[in-house]
Amino acid sequence: MKSLSEIDTVSKRSGRAAGYSWGIAEEIGKNIRLLEIFSLPGIKNLNDFLSKKKNMKLENLNLITEVNIADNSQYCPIIAGVNFLDQIKTLEVLSEIKFKNIAYPMLFLPFVSRASEIVGKRIFLKLDENEFLLNFNNNINSNFSKKEIIKIAKNVSIKILENKDSFNDNEWKELYKLSQETFVEENESLKQSGAGAGLTDND
Amino acid sequence: MNIPLRDPNVVMKLSRLGSFHQSRLSFLRSFLNEFKDWDYKRDLFELNENGYGTAVFSFKKKNRVYSLICFANELDENERSDRVIATKWDTAFTLFDGVPTKLDINRLKNEVPKQEIGRLSYKELTLSRANKSVRVFNHVVESLSNGVQPDKELLAKVGYLYRTTAVYGSGKFGLADRFRIKNREEIYGPFRLEMMLVYLVRQFTFDQVNHVAKNKNPKKAVNLDPEICKSLGIGNSTGLGMAPFIVNHPTLLNNWIYAREVSLKKIREIKNVAINKSNLFKDCLKRSIKNITSWNTESEYQIKKIKSLLRDLNKFILFLDNEFDFKQEYPFNKIYEYVEDKYEEECIEYAVSMMMEPYDNIVAPLIKNMSSEEDRYFNIPTQRTVIELKTIIENKYSEILNIDFTKKESNLNFWFISKNKEEPRLANRFDENGSDLEQPLAIARDIKKLYETLSVTKSSSTIALFLSNNSDLRHVVRRAFIVEKFPYSEIQDNTIGKEIVPIDMLRLKLSFFGALKFDPRSDKWLRICMFQGAPLPEQLKNFDEHWVYS
Repeated sequence: MKSLSEIDTVSKRSGRAAGYSWGIAEEIGKNIRLLEIFSLPGIKNLNDFLSKKKNMKLENLNLITEVNIADNSQYCPIIAGVNFLDQIKTLEVLSEIKFKNIAYPMLFLPFVSRASEIVGKRIFLKLDENEFLLNFNNNINSNFSKKEIIKIAKNVSIKILENKDSFNDNEWKELYKLSQETFVEENESLKQSGAGAGLTDND
Repeated sequence: MNIPLRDPNVVMKLSRLGSFHQSRLSFLRSFLNEFKDWDYKRDLFELNENGYGTAVFSFKKKNRVYSLICFANELDENERSDRVIATKWDTAFTLFDGVPTKLDINRLKNEVPKQEIGRLSYKELTLSRANKSVRVFNHVVESLSNGVQPDKELLAKVGYLYRTTAVYGSGKFGLADRFRIKNREEIYGPFRLEMMLVYLVRQFTFDQVNHVAKNKNPKKAVNLDPEICKSLGIGNSTGLGMAPFIVNHPTLLNNWIYAREVSLKKIREIKNVAINKSNLFKDCLKRSIKNITSWNTESEYQIKKIKSLLRDLNKFILFLDNEFDFKQEYPFNKIYEYVEDKYEEECIEYAVSMMMEPYDNIVAPLIKNMSSEEDRYFNIPTQRTVIELKTIIENKYSEILNIDFTKKESNLNFWFISKNKEEPRLANRFDENGSDLEQPLAIARDIKKLYETLSVTKSSSTIALFLSNNSDLRHVVRRAFIVEKFPYSEIQDNTIGKEIVPIDMLRLKLSFFGALKFDPRSDKWLRICMFQGAPLPEQLKNFDEHWVYS
């Protein structure tokens, strides 16, 4: 089995060899490591992408907006991802961000996962029919379970979710009430000897 | 009295970093302190009469066990090489997490001796190999088998029976990734597992030499005197592999230097120094002279440095004995100012190391902060502005900005990874091919380029926007934001200039390891000795913490 350190180093060097700057190659190394930690096919997708990249018509998406359409080409997942990560602080106010045609979107995903940690919000990512809930870069919930290469996502949607409870007030109150059964009712003598007892609060 | 921390523009110069010496902060000394209450055991020793076979040594505490597995193989004289291009060694080692089963040992028997081309697993923590100092090893076997102890002079000159040529860890060749073990308190400090491996290898070399001598002449042979064992360490040949490490781990580098600088600051701030403390300082200083005079090297560069150190130290000791009064206030501050004014960098940094000796109460708490989670500082704060980044560079790289990189001599070398051994190398950009595949280690040059580009960019632009147009500078943008928080994270020098002495970078790292006897064999590799004078495993429960000077 390859260690994560080896995965990081080899991915970084391959990224550089494929023409990305060292700074971006460093991002690639960290991202592939992340995908492999989450049991997602990072090496598989990177290897396939970099081997075919030269012959692909790729568009660099530098400034991300609400709707981003690569009509006659595909967005490079690395450049789109780096810029999404870099611009996340301005993008988080948008309710939904859409992309048309991102090549090898699995390589775009870790940037979004890391963005979730930066803004402190869960992010819902949809790559055509594959859905991913990115939880602060700690874990990923998904209906995607195949270890396969996704060559393109025609429709990509990103929703930055507001931090809110996944339960209603009643459910919370009911559970809180049950938790109170671990408390002890204080009698008068316990109240007298509690913290702060015997002092004047007007000193 | 508030003494400021020393200026990174002084401390982080390569010539200064290349003058660092071991100290109480050094990892091998910390390792011995941290493992002194662990149980040491030799679990397996299946060597034939010539000393070839398998052995296992372990450290155990409660449920935690670390086992060194040693494989000693016969090696043809013509195949023995310390160079990184070697493919066979006298011995190969791995530090195993737990107690290895027979199956583990059989698996590792096929992999560990192959080193870089073998495959390890998450159960193995570190990997190494070592070659005999044939001259010394044979002499010791010969002497012991005849019932006499070996020539101490010869032993002192070399200092070890074996020297390692590489020690690998942190996920290399399939070894356990650091994330698997980083929460273990006992190995939280930097390089603890590497130190443990080397320390146990040292014991293996003594047991092996005794075993071979005994088999050679069972009736007459004696064991190597424990005092002689103690005076021997493990040699190490080190090349450029270490140099990029300190560039690639900026926050770790900062934490090492920061611990040293805070120690110095706090010691200089002591108003009244107790007599037992000043005596210990002077005692270590005087005893260390013996240590330095035993350093043997043929390198003119190192001879010059040792001579300067000895000359200055002798003058310094005379000054302390005859002119200096420790009863005055803030004596260590006075000493530091005097040393900085009068002596060369070797002696200045030697004095800094010595000042730490009496102050375990200051140094020990700082040791806990010498590790770093580099990944925590990886993300770039892209919402910040161009003017902010420009200001950081002006403040933190002021001397770097004065270097003229249009001059050939400033831009003479490039760092690359060799294809055959995947090891870092340095070459002349104008004489050799390959500079198009340069590694991102020319930080000074790239910082200057970043600064020039920032200077023609709108000040209020965000870094996010700047990076979308300047992705080639991303690696140095990341570094500049790191150095803003970590003042000692960057070498304040040109790592590709004509004047670069790469072993300065090695020496810095090795001083934090706790290495002695720096012996450069060229400007690109050197030999050192580790654990020379250190207590033996059975002496760990109670030993003199200043053993380095014994």
